[in-house]
Amino acid sequence: MIRVSEKTKKILVPITSVIAGFLVGAIIMMIWSYNPIQAYSSMFESALGNMNGIGETIREATPLIFTAIGFSIASTAGFFNIGLPGQAQAGWLTSIWIVLANPHLPKIILLPLAIIAGAFAGAVIAGIAGYLRAYFGTNEVITTIMLNYIVLYSCQYLMQQIMPQSFRIDTDTTKTISENGSLHINWLSELFGSSRINGGIFLALIALVSFWFLMKKTTLGFEIKAVGLNPFASRYAGMSTKKNIITSMLLSGAFAGMGGVVQGLGTYQNYFTQTTSVDIGWDGLSVSLLGSGTAWGILIAALLFSILKIGGLGMQTAAGIPYEIVSIVIAAIIFFVAINYVVGLLFKVKKSSESHPLKKGEEIGPNNAVDGPDIKIPRSEVEN
Amino acid sequence: MDLTTILALIISSTLVYSAPLIFTSLGGVYSENSGIVNIGLEGIMTMGAFSAIVFNLTFASTFGKATPWLGALVGGIVGLVFSLLHAVATINFHADHIISGTVLNLMAPPLAVFLVKAIYEKGQTENITANFGYFSFPGLANIPIVGNIFFKNTSLPAYVAIVLAILLSFILYKTRFGLRLRSAGENPQAADTMGVNVYKMRYAGVLISGFLGGIGGAVFAEAISGNFSVSTIVGQGFMALAAVIFGKWNPIGAMLSSLFFGFAQSLSIIGNQLPVISKIPAVYMQIAPYVITIIVLVAFLGKSVAPAADGINYIKAK
Repeated sequence: MIRVSEKTKKILVPITSVIAGFLVGAIIMMIWSYNPIQAYSSMFESALGNMNGIGETIREATPLIFTAIGFSIASTAGFFNIGLPGQAQAGWLTSIWIVLANPHLPKIILLPLAIIAGAFAGAVIAGIAGYLRAYFGTNEVITTIMLNYIVLYSCQYLMQQIMPQSFRIDTDTTKTISENGSLHINWLSELFGSSRINGGIFLALIALVSFWFLMKKTTLGFEIKAVGLNPFASRYAGMSTKKNIITSMLLSGAFAGMGGVVQGLGTYQNYFTQTTSVDIGWDGLSVSLLGSGTAWGILIAALLFSILKIGGLGMQTAAGIPYEIVSIVIAAIIFFVAINYVVGLLFKVKKSSESHPLKKGEEIGPNNAVDGPDIKIPRSEVEN
Repeated sequence: MDLTTILALIISSTLVYSAPLIFTSLGGVYSENSGIVNIGLEGIMTMGAFSAIVFNLTFASTFGKATPWLGALVGGIVGLVFSLLHAVATINFHADHIISGTVLNLMAPPLAVFLVKAIYEKGQTENITANFGYFSFPGLANIPIVGNIFFKNTSLPAYVAIVLAILLSFILYKTRFGLRLRSAGENPQAADTMGVNVYKMRYAGVLISGFLGGIGGAVFAEAISGNFSVSTIVGQGFMALAAVIFGKWNPIGAMLSSLFFGFAQSLSIIGNQLPVISKIPAVYMQIAPYVITIIVLVAFLGKSVAPAADGINYIKAK
């Protein structure tokens, strides 16, 4: 057991979880006689070893920051928004559609329009779950999961049957969007070895600051937190739980939708048929849990996950180790985060002796209200 | 197509699609009645499906017709072992049930695909040769009309699942074990005071859900998909979870809801063979089960409540 201060413990527990997750991955690799050292070194090498790798890592982190913020807002309010994949997908298709439909609008109008429309689409999807929760008490875990599938199949249908033929290359892929609606920035991409890094990262940083500001400095953020901590007390204090449920889900969905927007307008520059729920949703959930829902935590966790994912691709080609090991490591990390109570047992919070009202060896009492008169308790017992 | 044929087609495909949901949702009912929310049913089904297919491919020549049943058993055991992770995390280590369950869902697909790659050196398995197939009850199948509809070329695992639901309902509500299990989920403090080992009961609940969820996944793989890939189990576990809630945490209710969801799912598969329905665009049939689930939860669930301590960690005072 290691003695640390309360603050250090808060940082050490997630770090320990990450290390433990990597160890689990290493053990699984060793069982199937892959070399974990070779695997991890080729992972970090390809994610951070050159400018292109770094650019791709940042690019991969961009949508995760959005979806993680989305998850954090809902979970602060006490809801488990597991519908991030559907909300992101709705945002992705909507923003691409807007750009394809108005290719000649000036960039200054088209780009913000597409971004806002995408965020709006995500908000609507999450808002349905929020509304049902607020007015019918329907479990949001189930509704958001169901909405994921509804969005998945509806997007397939919308793209293949409703979208004008002229927007598409074939039934499964849309045309590349015009420059006017794109988040691609030439100098940025060239700076990072012509990777797909794009303007989305600036939006993500703005989003992180707004998220921090919303939660720490605004009445709305305070109300969301209060409802999450104790809905009954908040109602007694005059807050509308219904309004807060819906608002937090709308905000959550808007951020998740933005995740899809940067994926579409930034990374891929088109939309293509998805056969399963988009993975930035699930990864955003993991990022938020690892980052313990704070702005800094989300930024660092998103970068770590991106290193794993981009590095994992390199690991697969360079070292021939199945990419799935990366997802296993991620799941293991979240497992250790979930059992943080046990991980936390490794570290004992050190009580700083200066702040303690008593000096070492000093005794309490008499006339201590708890102990009664003339009973002296040695300091060591007080500490326990 | 005459009415009997249509009915026979609908009922047999409903049963085929319901069977995995019934097994898995029964597991969910036991887990939640013991007080542990198990959102990881999806992951458990994935592990069950994976192990059953591997077993089936390896031993089909040895066990012949018994292979799918033994495969289901293997899937159940693997599901049970996998669910231990959830049990330890939630019961001993005070983890949030939803997060821990999500870990199962995050963990299972990559783990199973990794193992498939490690064993077969490719991303998905071959198709199995010994699948559940269709079953006709001897004797009963010859009853006119009724026999044709219910007992001819139908799914035996589904009938096993229905019988199991009745049995599990009896155990949950009429036996001492069932009472103790429910007391752990309703009021663990009181149960503990009365000498019930809450931790043990909760372990029982989660492990039963792991076993039945594994069987559910195995049945799905061996009766419907026929092989294992990352897209074998996509959403069936969540459907089973919805069936638990829709069925009001009751085995019979969960079984009936599973039949209903199985019906909704099978409509999108057999829809094009049916008159009227074949005219409806496929997308409506595809999203129908999910839309219906939401509507049903909103409209009919009413005041039904989960076991009082469901999802709440019980920490025994020292």
